[in-house]
Amino acid sequence: MIVAQRKKIPEIFDVIKDHRNVLVLGCGTCVTVCLAGGEREVSIISSALRIASRKKGKRIKVNEYTIERQCDNVFIESAAEEIRKNDAVLSLGCGAGVQAIAERYPDTPVYAGLDTAFLGILESRGVWTEKCMQCGTCILSDFGGICPLTRCAKHMLNGPCGGSRVDRCEIRADQPCAWQLIYKRLKDIGQLDKITKRYPIKDWSNSIDGGSRIIIREDHRI
Amino acid sequence: MINITFEPKIIAFCCHYCAYASADLAGSMRLQYPSGVRIIRTPCTGRLEVDFYMKAFEDGADGVLVAGCLEGGCHFIDGNLFAKRRVNSVRDLLEECGIEKERLRMVNISAAMAKNLVDIINDMVNTIRELGPNPICNKNE
Repeated sequence: MIVAQRKKIPEIFDVIKDHRNVLVLGCGTCVTVCLAGGEREVSIISSALRIASRKKGKRIKVNEYTIERQCDNVFIESAAEEIRKNDAVLSLGCGAGVQAIAERYPDTPVYAGLDTAFLGILESRGVWTEKCMQCGTCILSDFGGICPLTRCAKHMLNGPCGGSRVDRCEIRADQPCAWQLIYKRLKDIGQLDKITKRYPIKDWSNSIDGGSRIIIREDHRI
Repeated sequence: MINITFEPKIIAFCCHYCAYASADLAGSMRLQYPSGVRIIRTPCTGRLEVDFYMKAFEDGADGVLVAGCLEGGCHFIDGNLFAKRRVNSVRDLLEECGIEKERLRMVNISAAMAKNLVDIINDMVNTIRELGPNPICNKNE
């Protein structure tokens, strides 16, 4: 899922301060699961903004609404009436959600209430970790399901850098060495021979460099 | 300067298994505490959502007191420890909004600590008197 976290209230307040009616729009998908932009967070952030606004002597009316998914036009449509009633939207969706709303409502200012961080998983309660950098060409099958690009601080493709201490990364002592994990995993599943394979230079042409990516499925187009 | 005529409105969320019972005991013992304190019984302080605190301040509370069981003594094992972490995060959020974090306080007491509860309430009332009324009240209203 996409993992995001709330911006600080003064930063959010600074962008909405000149509006009279602001809609805080939540998203019921990834950001709900990572406790950053779901219905509950919409309520909390709206309350905080109302308090901050009254503290500064402003009269901003903060309204609340949450849709199932901000990155999908079908769901965005369900917020149309609420959006029209307000001067601006503070989206608590990820970066894709904010842009989808902005594209769908060209006359309404749309602001981001969250910092979209990464594509990751819930490691334990209250802890999310990055697992995928969306390079566009997945190499996980060759590395026992552990991504050396995302999880190795130096993105090493052909073995460890040699700087790890016990099983800790030398760049980030709070994180395990990805290559230690890859070695252990390949050994456990009986595929240790894969570690001797010399990996070619990574093809980055499918990554973000060169503009935003697009996938077209002709079999699904109308 | 402390305004002694100001009677702070304080919402006290009291756990059913400890603080609420100690407030009851305080009544039986005829212990007095300021009338501006409104006690709300909760099944556990772990039940208290961030929203509850924010709405209390938004609706004009001058202070919010969260009273849970002693650490290690929660009826639901660790509800009071969740509450402690949540209260700390709300204190930070309140500061971001421009509200003094001292207006929200969590304490741990047992059902037998009626005198301590009254002392805590009096201390909280004095703290709020020093801070003055909720800064968002009577603005734009």
